[in-house]
Amino acid sequence: MAPDMGSALAFSFGSIDDVHVIDMMRRRVEEKGGAVPDQIRSVEPETGATPMSELLVAVAQSGDRQAFALLFQYYAPRLKTYMRKLGTEDAVAEELAQEAMLAVWRKAASFDPGRANAGTWIFAVARNLRIDMLRKEKRPEIDLDDPELVPDPAPRADEVMATQQSESRVRAAMCGLSAEQTEVVTLSFYEDTPHAEIAARLKIPLGTVKSRLRLAMKRIRSELGDDQP
Amino acid sequence: MSATFHPTDELLVAYGAGSLDEASALLVATHLALCPRCRAEVARIETLGGAMIEDLPPADLGADALASVLARLDLPPSPPKPRRPAVGSPGLPAPLRDYLPAEMEALPWKRLAAGIEQVVLLQARGIRARLLRIGAGIAVPEHGHGGMELTMVLQGGFADQGQGYARGDVAMADRQLVHSPVADRSETCLCLAVTDAPLKLTGLVGLLVNPFLDL
Repeated sequence: MAPDMGSALAFSFGSIDDVHVIDMMRRRVEEKGGAVPDQIRSVEPETGATPMSELLVAVAQSGDRQAFALLFQYYAPRLKTYMRKLGTEDAVAEELAQEAMLAVWRKAASFDPGRANAGTWIFAVARNLRIDMLRKEKRPEIDLDDPELVPDPAPRADEVMATQQSESRVRAAMCGLSAEQTEVVTLSFYEDTPHAEIAARLKIPLGTVKSRLRLAMKRIRSELGDDQP
Repeated sequence: MSATFHPTDELLVAYGAGSLDEASALLVATHLALCPRCRAEVARIETLGGAMIEDLPPADLGADALASVLARLDLPPSPPKPRRPAVGSPGLPAPLRDYLPAEMEALPWKRLAAGIEQVVLLQARGIRARLLRIGAGIAVPEHGHGGMELTMVLQGGFADQGQGYARGDVAMADRQLVHSPVADRSETCLCLAVTDAPLKLTGLVGLLVNPFLDL
């Protein structure tokens, strides 16, 4: 069903904010007779999927433009911030954010809610697009259909649920990090530089950057119950 | 069989975040194909990246941003690049096959020393990825490093500093290490090696040949 005229207009003028996105998403879910999400990151108890992941699945399965527009409204402004944080000037950051969302539309068929949630998948699409367009480098990646791929150990029955919930668990684990660990993890994502330059920027030895990062990842692993010897 | 020696957390985080240079990223991706443990780790790192994006404050977009993207949705995308089939390069995972200009035996192998050959696959930001082929039982001449060296086993294995490295394992060397790895006797050892500075052969032979070798 179409959104009301006011929201549709707000869309086309780009003036809609998150509250409206959440509101429209809630209405979509209601129309489908599903449970109403309290917020964007909530997880549906039935399927374990987030509303954002459901929108992405709708884009993949039926080329749903309204679902895409909702994803755009939420992610494009944040992807632009992400590109700017990586030192990209405003106009280029905007272009990269738009190109990334176009790539989201085109690659949506390869989104598997059993492997990642929408935010994770869109992050990876934007990251790869930036490497391709800005750095003019290729992004070496595994091919899940590769006969040489060593398969994962037996998949869990609740894989989708676990995947979709892992985002909130990772988020919770992040909250448990020290300020210094958080700083190093954050800079790893927002600096297009090796860790040596992060060390120089923070005026701490490289070994300290590495040990903080190691401790942070160890902590996150143990919070998720995935720590291995 | 899974790997025993893995890339460090720094390498995995840099790969997941997208800040790693292409040559090192090639080695990490090749390892990921052979190592479910590190795949799970990179999946966690990407989840972290997704959560961080969602927590960022939204930037202002141009007034016509959505409209202009919507208008482009139906334009045909450029066709995806086909991935190289496994034919002619047995045992090589997909990320690496994409970088081979020819089948294994048709590659421009260059002899480095008796029983040791190499092919440079790529060089980006001064960091180089190469395939190394070391004959069964051959010892690599003792050498030091101008920088860091990552070596991943693709076939066979080698012993170094009292450790045994097999398919999927990643060995790390730095400026401090002078070593002479020895390939296992059972078969030819094939490795993917990434270096950010030339290797330095030590000893008299090194003094004589260093200037002539493309290390």
